[in-house]
Amino acid sequence: MVLERNLMKGNEALAEAAIRAGCRGFFGYPITPQTELSAYMAKKMAKAGGVFLQAESEIAAINMVLGAAASGVRAMTSSSSPGVSLKAEGISYMAGSDLPCVIINVQRGGPGLGGIQPSQADYWQATRAMGHGDFHILVYAPCSVQEMVDMVSKAFDTADKYRMPAMILADGLLGQMMEPVTFPEIKAKQPEKPWAANGHGGKRNHNIINSLYLKPEVLQKSVLERFERYEKVKMEESDAESYLADDAEIVVVAYGATARVAKSAVNSARAAGIKAGLLRPKTLWPFPEKQLKEACKNAKAVLCVEMSMGQMVDDVKLALSCSKPVHFFGRTGGVVPKPSEILEEIKKIGGAR
Amino acid sequence: MTNEIILAGFGGQGILFAGKVLAYGGLMDEREVSWLPSYGPEMRGGTANCSVCISDEPIGSPLVLEPDLLIAMNLPSYNKFIGAVKPGGKAFIDSTMVDEKCQRDDIDCFYIPATQLALENNLNGMGNIVLIGKLLKETGIISSEAIKKAVEKSVPPTKANLIEANLKAIEIGMKY
Repeated sequence: MVLERNLMKGNEALAEAAIRAGCRGFFGYPITPQTELSAYMAKKMAKAGGVFLQAESEIAAINMVLGAAASGVRAMTSSSSPGVSLKAEGISYMAGSDLPCVIINVQRGGPGLGGIQPSQADYWQATRAMGHGDFHILVYAPCSVQEMVDMVSKAFDTADKYRMPAMILADGLLGQMMEPVTFPEIKAKQPEKPWAANGHGGKRNHNIINSLYLKPEVLQKSVLERFERYEKVKMEESDAESYLADDAEIVVVAYGATARVAKSAVNSARAAGIKAGLLRPKTLWPFPEKQLKEACKNAKAVLCVEMSMGQMVDDVKLALSCSKPVHFFGRTGGVVPKPSEILEEIKKIGGAR
Repeated sequence: MTNEIILAGFGGQGILFAGKVLAYGGLMDEREVSWLPSYGPEMRGGTANCSVCISDEPIGSPLVLEPDLLIAMNLPSYNKFIGAVKPGGKAFIDSTMVDEKCQRDDIDCFYIPATQLALENNLNGMGNIVLIGKLLKETGIISSEAIKKAVEKSVPPTKANLIEANLKAIEIGMKY
């Protein structure tokens, strides 16, 4: 069967994909450039037999997600940068309670209220410190509307598998743009959740969902167990797209919308006889270290491009153990880099060696 | 072959809708397409624009900075984008709304009283689609079969009665 390709905004596609992935609890609070997602959910979620609720605040919304997830329901919230900061406390509580959920961040410029144009300046927040305490969340970085659809379903599955929150780290450009999409068939079955607090009918002991451990040794044990799980996640879940990297002397590393611009620049560089390639992380945590090392095996230099002052560039240097020169080019505050600017950087680095 | 298009005008002129029709047209011709609106704090009467890419290759940045095709439906938009059109490109200007003439000799400019033509033909508010018709006639970037399907796809089901009117507007643009 040929699935019909329809034009859809990234934000709406995320919402439709979530419903199809079995999300039955959406709790949000509107913010540009993410609002179409909530609006779509408001229209469609009730028809799918789920709950849509516009909360009184972001903090309320994430705690509603916590409650729904604790009862075993696939739950989601979405926001943009300032709103995600407000959700940080709740996300930490969910990580500490080993609860799966999906959080969408359609990033805009910051800090503070910042602006409403596309940005990637929340990389550190998403991958390093999405709240207080020792924990990680899964972070997916789509670069097209179709990939947004595919990653939502993947994020729900992986969050359930490891019992941890997952984030889709998008940006205003991806959220607002329309591209052709097809949707996968609706999944019939979701994993059993024997840990869920969803009523025991007197047939089993009650489940407790909690993140409070007052005895240091007990808390340490729970954190250590979680970090053992993280090791498994690092082994199995990192993902990246490698493009023309095999013989590349200059490897550009970029994710999300920036990777699209970078790919155009790489194509122009190749046309100009420069051996350039692209490594596009599809997961930001876990960071695709192996894939990056492989892509850079023949590289003389690496160029990291972001819509920020340079955040992922840290992970690039760490993954390569600073064995190659790593350059950075960024635009921030809502400015989208131009292909010609990235090409200039590639040429500069190529000429400098 | 890649076409990078900017459509620009006032909010309320159907700029985003016209862009959607073009994007769907490309999709119906089984090509790669993208559509990206400006999403500043715009409102009715403010400026609105959108970028549309139609290509045989996967699309890189959906943000068009130097269009090869421009549709301008008011003076601020004309002033903002006419200088950005690539040499050899084409500009389609609603001459009901813009009374300036372009001084560039490295692009082709077409002046169409689109808003007026729509009004005269009882298609008030469809100047945007008249311009699409003219663009298609001068460029042939979308097949006529595909553009018909594109209109059917783009008009929401609740306004299906407007499909015929949109097709008529395209025809008027094509004949101008």
